[in-house]
Amino acid sequence: MDLLRFITAGSVDDGKSTLIGRLLYDSKNILIDQLEALEKSTKNRTDGSVDLALLTDGLRAEREQGITIDVAYRYFSTPKRKFIIADAPGHVQYTRNMITGASNASLIIILIDARQGVVEQTRRHSIIASLLRIKHVVVAVNKMDLVDFSQDVFNNIVIDYNHVAERLGLKNITYIPMSALDGDNIVDKSARIPWFSGKPLLEYLEEVQIDQDVNLTDPRFQVQVVIRPQTEALHDYRGYAGKVISGVYKKGDKVTVLPQGIQTSITSVETGGEEVAEVFAPQSAVLQLADDIDISRGDTIVKTDNQPRVNNELEVLLCWMDDKPLISGNKYLLQHNSRLVRAMIRQVDYKIDVNTLEHQPVEGQVKLNEVVKAVIKTAVPVVYDPYDVFSEYGSAILVDETSNSTVAAVLIQN
Amino acid sequence: MNHSYQLNYLEQLEAESIHIFREVAGQFEKPALLFSGGKDSITLVHLARKAFAPGKIPFPLVHIDTGHNFPEALNFRDNLVAELDATLVVRKVEDTIRQRHLTEPKGKFPSRNWLQTYTLLDTIEEFGFDCCIGGARRDEEKARAKERIFSVRDEFGQWNPKLQRPELWSIYNGRIHKGENVRVFPISNWTELDIWNYIRKENIPLPSIYFAHERQVIEHEGQLVAISDYVQPDETDVVLTKKVRYRTVGDMTCTAAVESQAATLEEVINEIVATRISERGETRIDDKVTEAAMEDRKKNGYF
Ligand SMILES: Nc1nc2c(ncn2[C@@H]2O[C@H](COP(=O)(O)OP(=O)(O)O)[C@@H](O)[C@H]2O)c(=O)[nH]1
Repeated sequence: MDLLRFITAGSVDDGKSTLIGRLLYDSKNILIDQLEALEKSTKNRTDGSVDLALLTDGLRAEREQGITIDVAYRYFSTPKRKFIIADAPGHVQYTRNMITGASNASLIIILIDARQGVVEQTRRHSIIASLLRIKHVVVAVNKMDLVDFSQDVFNNIVIDYNHVAERLGLKNITYIPMSALDGDNIVDKSARIPWFSGKPLLEYLEEVQIDQDVNLTDPRFQVQVVIRPQTEALHDYRGYAGKVISGVYKKGDKVTVLPQGIQTSITSVETGGEEVAEVFAPQSAVLQLADDIDISRGDTIVKTDNQPRVNNELEVLLCWMDDKPLISGNKYLLQHNSRLVRAMIRQVDYKIDVNTLEHQPVEGQVKLNEVVKAVIKTAVPVVYDPYDVFSEYGSAILVDETSNSTVAAVLIQN
Repeated sequence: MNHSYQLNYLEQLEAESIHIFREVAGQFEKPALLFSGGKDSITLVHLARKAFAPGKIPFPLVHIDTGHNFPEALNFRDNLVAELDATLVVRKVEDTIRQRHLTEPKGKFPSRNWLQTYTLLDTIEEFGFDCCIGGARRDEEKARAKERIFSVRDEFGQWNPKLQRPELWSIYNGRIHKGENVRVFPISNWTELDIWNYIRKENIPLPSIYFAHERQVIEHEGQLVAISDYVQPDETDVVLTKKVRYRTVGDMTCTAAVESQAATLEEVINEIVATRISERGETRIDDKVTEAAMEDRKKNGYF
């Protein structure tokens, strides 16, 4: 049994909350007392039905306004898989939250209201999916009950969306006609949509192949902490603890420590304090090295014959996430996994319109929810791979040193 | 080697939690692990041990003691600390009540849960902890579903759901101003069943109260509450002797037992899979009060 993380995106009222509620409900992941609480908060409704959408609307302010304003995480499992859903808001003013939810997702469900077809929000969500290189896309054409389960309506939406996807270079797209409200094509195949030969949503989610998504060919390991027990028995023990971001490591591997550029070899690989034959992504592990080298948190250990880039000037896409605008020339901290370096935004080239993907000149300051192409200069070199090649090692955040806020998502381009 | 490089979901969750523990050690000066004695914090300790092996866990375990403990849980705690050679800090809610002239909660189930917040904040200040690691899970409750893994609290320990930092990829920003504090939840993405399955996989010992045993209980609004020094039956109560176990271990005054015959881990897991009542609803007496109870408490500096 493995783990699939996905995000759901849609415009307000497309039925996103209903869909998630339906997935949880029909896969029997909602429990009696949660249902009771749900019925309690639904009792003001006139028709007396249970509002599945309320299962996912957590915070009180959100309940009052009836909208999802933050990413909420939901869990369910079937005998085949465990699922983590990032339930992210759809409005343009919450692009930040959507990017946050999408950053960990290997699959996105884009909801479309069958009556509306492809709309501006659909394009924006798809653009974000493509910027973040989400590997699998499901287009959920919802509310089919309101268009008489018409195959033509569905086919036209498929044609429209294919144009969008083609332009964005989105691949692995699966289309499913459904009614989240009534449960058509969610868990079970809908008898009301006999012309559809594909799988219902849950079955697709259970079976979509995700094991290929982990990069096992370019080994990257970043040190988080150095373990030095300094006890009598382990007097000289020095282990480098970190996550295998990608690839496989084993005893005897010739490795290089970056950015220092020092070569050595691995003398032992361990997990949980025990030596193992090899470690691989995304395991947390400890490596011991042959030579006594000055290595600290944030340094990268790679195989000598497969090296990432090392640079102190980075071309990046920035998704701005702070209420305060980006000020060109301001200093920030760049956090690249466990590595923290001082950085300065040297130049902002253009803004990417998240509704059209057009490049636009930046007039004035870069504000919340805007995506820009920029150049960052760092005080010391950064060890990375371009995001498009390898997203796990091409992503970072910017932190405002004065407020400590996370102000931008960084996708390294060059 | 002829095998696939694939982690199952428990191994993936474990790897993520260990990564989070190491980020704590790498980013904070004085972290602490909040240890309640329950299965979630026992799992946390197990993960912490694996994260830093063969070294010791590089921070103390802190128990905010309501004084209403299950004796079995206290024994277990002390043995675990001895075995790990870990540092244990215990601070008692009772002392806080005395020092701060707080009012003892009254009633038949006098829960000191709410007052834990005071003791916790005092303890944070006393030791200068900049990070407290907790065993909360996002599946426990709706407000928690939105909380970050690194959750920044202000000087009053308060959580502001509207001002959360975006948390992207597996990059955790734990930078804070002096006086602020970060709560870190390494098992955010685990469900109750994940915890149980992991306990089974790793053979993690648990206090005996998690398994079916005989106990004198009274029934209160459909829930079974153990009779103890802290909860006494009144005239209307019928004292029953039942075979029960606990799903969570908290205050004796506000943790309910479930009827059970499950004497082994396997049997406990089977019962949990079969049950249709979620953990919080079944065993927390104080939570049903208002739907927004947890949200209110979090804003006030609760774990
Ligand atoms: N007829 C019909 N209504 C739906 C369907 N899915 C959702 N709805 C309704 O559309 C409205 C908005 O749904 P909700 O899940 O709250 O949308 P969200 O804003 O995307 O989370 C609610 O009144 C739902 O009952 C569907 O498949 N068919």
